[in-house]
Amino acid sequence: MVDLRAGVQMIEPAAGLARLAQFPFQLLTWVAEDGYPVSAAIEADVDAAAGTVSFLPPAGFALPLDGELSLTGSHIRPQPGVGYDERRHVTVWGRASATAAERISFRAHAAWGWDESDIPFPEYVERQVGQSRRYLARLSGELGRTVRPRLSLGWLILRSTRLPFLSATFVPVLVGIAIAALHGFFEPLTALITLVGAAAAHLAINVTNDVFDARLGADEKNVNPTQYSGGSRVIQYGLVSLRAMALIAAGCYAVTIAAGLLLLWLRPSPELLGIGVVGVLIGLFYTAPPLKLVYRGLGEIAVALGFGPLMLLGAYVVQSGGPIAVEPIVASLPIALLVALILYANEVPDRSGDERAGKLTLPVRLPKPTVISLYYALALAAFAIIGGGVLAGVLPIPALVALLPLPLALRVRDGLTAHYDQPYALMGYLGVNVKLHLYVGGLLLAAYLAVLAVAALAPGVPLFLWR
Amino acid sequence: MSWMPRPVEELLEAALVTELTVVRHDGRPMTYPLIPLWDGQKVLMTSSILFSRKLEHIKADQRVSLSLSDPVALGGRPDRATIQGDARVIDGDPHTDWERVLPLWAAKEPVILQFLKARVAFPLFFERSVIQVVPRRVLYWPGGDTTQPPQRFEHPAGEPEKEAA
Repeated sequence: MVDLRAGVQMIEPAAGLARLAQFPFQLLTWVAEDGYPVSAAIEADVDAAAGTVSFLPPAGFALPLDGELSLTGSHIRPQPGVGYDERRHVTVWGRASATAAERISFRAHAAWGWDESDIPFPEYVERQVGQSRRYLARLSGELGRTVRPRLSLGWLILRSTRLPFLSATFVPVLVGIAIAALHGFFEPLTALITLVGAAAAHLAINVTNDVFDARLGADEKNVNPTQYSGGSRVIQYGLVSLRAMALIAAGCYAVTIAAGLLLLWLRPSPELLGIGVVGVLIGLFYTAPPLKLVYRGLGEIAVALGFGPLMLLGAYVVQSGGPIAVEPIVASLPIALLVALILYANEVPDRSGDERAGKLTLPVRLPKPTVISLYYALALAAFAIIGGGVLAGVLPIPALVALLPLPLALRVRDGLTAHYDQPYALMGYLGVNVKLHLYVGGLLLAAYLAVLAVAALAPGVPLFLWR
Repeated sequence: MSWMPRPVEELLEAALVTELTVVRHDGRPMTYPLIPLWDGQKVLMTSSILFSRKLEHIKADQRVSLSLSDPVALGGRPDRATIQGDARVIDGDPHTDWERVLPLWAAKEPVILQFLKARVAFPLFFERSVIQVVPRRVLYWPGGDTTQPPQRFEHPAGEPEKEAA
């Protein structure tokens, strides 16, 4: 079994020679009698197919024909004011023998190298995480104290909880509160508690997901994480222990449950109790055994439910005190679809690691054309619901402004089509996909705020069709 | 004042990349491209703990060489040099020890300051050790022609003073 974290693999000698031949000169290196390495540039004739190289030896040296020599090719492209790029190097090891005409013949038997056009730097880094752990363990032994990688507390909190993704919570909760306000229900304290509780729930889910993905091996097997996928990786990097992450998750769940109980005490209703219980169960069993919803291709549905209807209706019910109207249900659906599509698209670069870990997400189960078609269909459905909701008189007319980000869905679809197998090229499009949800939700919220303002300032102005 | 020939110091000052060769436990030469930083007495390099095999080799055998051979990485200078010396790894605190060489590093690779601001994205990349090489011998090829024997320069004391680890 290939250890993906054992570093970049050795390459076949012939492949190494083929790469070596592409460099304008080669660096011949050997270890001299005094134990110091010696290097000198040469220009070699490489026969990759035969596995041999011949060259004129550098003048002034007696090459050791009984020991191992290496030939290295190394290249960068300077970028003034920046540094450099186009990093690639290869080293081929072999044994040399003298031939006629003072040339040296070199037969390759091992090779190693890195070309950032083959293995992007972020992946190269991921593949070396195991080496960093081994080194720190040895260093800790040498120094007699534990040496761990560190981040400042602020960065650590941001990274371990994936704090920036809280927009996925704020959007539905604020829209739910705004709709309730339009229906005549608004109480600032419970609105604030709802926001805090929902945010804690989201962070709890994020951290729990990392804990169980670490225990089940999914994040460990993923060497192509991006800032949108592959988890926070704080456990894999040794920044936070598994136990500490479990404690953080427990703390976030405690805040969530406390907020839920407080809201139930302030605004008791069976609807809120039901929404709260279902929300906690979905959050917990998203990755946790025995259900492991995301491992069974049910992650998108769980996320859609959790960050769509449950969040939005929960926020609405807290304000209304119980009754659920049609309007918040309809408003929650596009948000639900778009938040599910964030997860869905993020699973595309993760799918190799997920498959190795037995995490059978939809992009693991489905072929590329189906994955992309499904993405596009669901994105269009989100916009169709908004348009249809307005036409049916359920959503206010200004909600049509939320159709404006539609071109972003086309960009993501095109990005998925062009870069399906290129995690780092895809990263920008995953960012656009996050914005798609944020912009649609944000515009929906803005529409409701505008409706609230108009309703207060000019009560007679029609804001819904057919009303 | 350094005993190093001035043209070689200029190569070190200009070089965006040097090929550091260390010796593995079985005698195999292992070559790694790194950015050389010249402080006037010692060559300094940094290595992330991610790419720390070279550090383990140096801890086992301090004898290393640095090659300055690629005109592209040397700002168009055709001269070539190989510096042999004794290396020491400074890694008492990989989180901060290397930051003292940051000004020299940023002078050659300014973008590193931008990356450092986003340290949260590559936390292990910025856990680094410093490799400090005290030169003891220089092989210098004016014009870069290695079909001619190199000029040889030795540390004037023969054996450079070694710093306590």
